[in-house]
Amino acid sequence: MQNYRIDQSKGMELGIYTLGDHLPDPSTGERIPAGQRVNEIIEYAKLADQAGIDFFSVGESHQDYFATQAHSVVLSAIAQATENIKISSSSTIISTLDPVRVYEDFATIDLISKGRAEIIAGRASRVGNFDLLGYSLRDYEELYEEKFDLLLKLNEEEVVNWSGEYRPPLKDARVIPRPQNGSMPIWRAVGGSPASARKAGNAGVGMFLAHLGGPVTAFKRAVDAYRDAAQRSGFDPAELPVATAGFFYAAETSQQALKDMYPHINEGMKRTNGQGFPKQHFAQGVDPHNVMNIGSPQEIIEKILYQHEVFGHQRYIAQIDFGGVPFERLMKNIELIGTEILPAIKKYTAKK
Amino acid sequence: MKIVGLSGSIVGSKTRTAMDYTMKAIAEKYPNVEATLIDLAEYNVQFSDGRNYLEYEGDTKYITQTMMEADAIIIGTPIFQASIPATLKNIFDLLPENSFRDKVVGMLVTAGSPKHYLIAENQLKPILGYMKAQIVQTYVFIEEEDFYRKEITNDDVLFRIDRLVEDTVVLTETYTSIREAKEAEYDF
Repeated sequence: MQNYRIDQSKGMELGIYTLGDHLPDPSTGERIPAGQRVNEIIEYAKLADQAGIDFFSVGESHQDYFATQAHSVVLSAIAQATENIKISSSSTIISTLDPVRVYEDFATIDLISKGRAEIIAGRASRVGNFDLLGYSLRDYEELYEEKFDLLLKLNEEEVVNWSGEYRPPLKDARVIPRPQNGSMPIWRAVGGSPASARKAGNAGVGMFLAHLGGPVTAFKRAVDAYRDAAQRSGFDPAELPVATAGFFYAAETSQQALKDMYPHINEGMKRTNGQGFPKQHFAQGVDPHNVMNIGSPQEIIEKILYQHEVFGHQRYIAQIDFGGVPFERLMKNIELIGTEILPAIKKYTAKK
Repeated sequence: MKIVGLSGSIVGSKTRTAMDYTMKAIAEKYPNVEATLIDLAEYNVQFSDGRNYLEYEGDTKYITQTMMEADAIIIGTPIFQASIPATLKNIFDLLPENSFRDKVVGMLVTAGSPKHYLIAENQLKPILGYMKAQIVQTYVFIEEEDFYRKEITNDDVLFRIDRLVEDTVVLTETYTSIREAKEAEYDF
């Protein structure tokens, strides 16, 4: 786990991620200006850092209702505004970017943050970026695989010789500056299916597993597939970290948490995905065996510990801000994580 | 309540004729229903390439969006080569996999042979079930001999169309009120 800067003796890591969505608050119908949203995300990261949270990441989505298309620029502001928290993308759509530029950007963020940057590379669940950035959807799979491989190579070798289909060849190319310690953690984003998890295992890199709702055991299949594929490809699963990421909301009671969170997720998903979140499914989210971490702080602690027992994962990353959640409620959630949830999780998951 | 009638073929006239009767029945019996007919013959729809339905453009986007916004859908389809036409299957492929959740879907089938009667049962219903539709179980099956020059000449077919419309509306109201009552119980 050293390559991933993860020290399991300190317990499981807890993080926060944002997709950088820019949606109206359904209770008012109002949407804050994009500038305010971006600055609130930076402030959100600062508060997370002060609360002792381990990790913060920002996503890239090229479509309506999003504000952090230039996620690496936002991350560089976060790098300067924070002290200890690890910072990353969630995810960088490597398929439609130039891996060399991505590596230069994130290596620089790593220097600004004094060794806290990571890259989580994904291939987009939506396709607006293909038209916008000049790529063909027909190459969806190949673009991702080829560019992800190049990204890994850039991380391993300072002088690179490479040729491929989708980018001009590199001849003795020096990709600088280097990250503070020569390389940085690179993860593969996985949308939940065992087939996609297997590919992360084959590549022998950390897996960032996103999930909406459903039983924890359903996602265990993806975790198992990942570790099995890693082993078959000659990697040691014990050296490869798993992070899970999904909806989180803490309030005094689980009922209050459902009330506070549901309209944001339902209305937000209608706008960004074209379908709301069924109430029946959301109501099941508070079940101790459901992967959504929604409830009272004590219930959430128990849920995360159960997930840790099932997944054996190294990091859980909470999405709290989707759908125009007002900033004061994000502040309240960070406070509950920092004062109640994080200490309990660390205490019970620290490896002796 | 929004009902979309979908005429699922780009050739022939029988399905469209039967759908015209269906839309007329909705307008006469349920003037408050917002009814829209989509005849695929009038649109230029692209093949599904797997993207989110919001990301299509032009006619394709109009059709997917209109169907997603409906409370109920009545699908009219001919039978080609012992199956539904490719144009209709493409519409299903364009939509998300659970897109008929909380929607009622009724069916009307036109066919050149009575041998095709079970095709809706065996091929169309499984697709609708997979996509989470509440299916109006009884469908209207109309044969060649029931038509003459773009008119339906068999009163029984007209009665069955009226019953399909009524069943679709009643089931939509029923499922909606059940869902609303259940959702109110959740209290969030």
